[in-house]
Amino acid sequence: MVAIIKNNRAKIKGLVFLLGLIPLLMLFLGVAQDSLGPDPAKALSHSSGDWALRFLMLTMAITPLRLITRSSEWVHYRRMLGLFTFFYAVIHLIIYCLFLLGLQWQDLWGDILERPYITVGFLAWLLMLPMAITSTHRWQRKLGKRWVRLHRSIYAASALVLLHIIWQARSDLAEPLVYVLIFAILIFVRIPPIKKRLFSR
Amino acid sequence: MAILIKQAADILPSEITSESNYLNRRQLMGAAGAMAMGGLLSPAMHAAVDRSESPSLNYLAASQASPAGFYTPEVQTPYRYVTGYNNFYEFGTDKTDPEKHASKMVTDPWSVKIEGEVDRPGTYTLEDILKPHYLEERIYRLRCVEAWSMVVPWIGFPLADLLKRYGVGSKAKYVAFETLYRRNEMRGQRSRFGTIDWPYVEGLRLDEAMHPLTILAVGVYGKTMPNQNGAPIRLIVPWKYGFKSIKSIVSIRLTSRKPPTSWNRTAPNEYGFYSNVNPDVSHPRWSQASERRLPNSLLKPNRMDTLPFNGYAEQVAGLYRGMDLKRNF
Repeated sequence: MVAIIKNNRAKIKGLVFLLGLIPLLMLFLGVAQDSLGPDPAKALSHSSGDWALRFLMLTMAITPLRLITRSSEWVHYRRMLGLFTFFYAVIHLIIYCLFLLGLQWQDLWGDILERPYITVGFLAWLLMLPMAITSTHRWQRKLGKRWVRLHRSIYAASALVLLHIIWQARSDLAEPLVYVLIFAILIFVRIPPIKKRLFSR
Repeated sequence: MAILIKQAADILPSEITSESNYLNRRQLMGAAGAMAMGGLLSPAMHAAVDRSESPSLNYLAASQASPAGFYTPEVQTPYRYVTGYNNFYEFGTDKTDPEKHASKMVTDPWSVKIEGEVDRPGTYTLEDILKPHYLEERIYRLRCVEAWSMVVPWIGFPLADLLKRYGVGSKAKYVAFETLYRRNEMRGQRSRFGTIDWPYVEGLRLDEAMHPLTILAVGVYGKTMPNQNGAPIRLIVPWKYGFKSIKSIVSIRLTSRKPPTSWNRTAPNEYGFYSNVNPDVSHPRWSQASERRLPNSLLKPNRMDTLPFNGYAEQVAGLYRGMDLKRNF
């Protein structure tokens, strides 16, 4: 199985790339068909944020997948998934600035002060920015060990993203709790002694 | 302060029609239900009939001649959004959940307990409750605590008329309301991670309940109330955040003590008993200074300043004279 995937890596990468663009297409379709309900800005902001979150989880799932299958093949897809995470986070931020804030920058300060969930969301985005910039092979080579350290900020960014979601919940915590659980598992299997017990024979 | 309220005698009998038409329609719906049970209509067809043929109501239309506050000339939020974008957590927390899942709620037969400090307590059928009241239209702003708002033409009657009919006891100082609790019909009540204790409860001070702007609504846009909007009977208090306007009421209790209210119990620092619309008191997680009127569009966010008491200050500010509204939020 892994061998087949390995032999068709270029094709599968192309396919993953196209699949990653489908949510963007859906956002456009929603606007074009006016099917976003009475508050389209909020609908767009929610679905772009959801997709950023999903890609973040997929990106973080590569390491467990590598451990489970004992194959490093999956690592070849991580960069693309990470960049899709950032891509949807950028769209999420643009939608907020353009349509929710309506480019009323004088309201931005009030939002940052009064809506802490926006502040932590923006901090998460800021943490992802250097990771996106240094995602190329050249930067990877240039930074060496520091590159690995820099890209560990994905954990801090994930924590901020979770806070961003939890602070918006009004009463039903089911959805945020599911995300917390998924991230907990993704991080749990990385803890060295657990990793050793689970995946070494 | 003179409040211009039409006395009952000012309204010509020819202007209005009684409940009988509403009730007849309701009986027809009951008949349709019975037919469905008899196998003449599939349950799916029955549901479709209910939605597409929401019976029309007879009512006194609101106009500029109505008493101040009863009518706003602002653009009304279209029916499909009033009925398709709702907070009714008994059916789920997504705005589209109530429209999807509220058809499971059985609203016929329906009865309401009228209890506590009242002269004639008892359990009354909806038909009994509605019979003597004339329906009128009220075009009100609805301001959600989440900082969005709509303009909705409700059909109903003053809560004060109902309370007077059953006799307000001398010890009554508050009115407590309760929503239907039926886990098998209301999927949100089955959620394990919700922080609301069901049934949903709300309350008003007696003078708020007796205010002419406070109504019990049984319809919207001239039709009987859709389930997702709180069928068959719900409260509307236009100067308070939307969650105060409790839906699908099964109990109205007059009490001498301030009753608990659901959101206040869930997060007392975020939602007060009064919950009057107030641009100067922020929710701990967002500002209430402005609101986004629905529907809006990407290029026209419809962001507008929120008004004290949702624009009804002239009518209701007197109720709170001398009170610190920042503390009593």
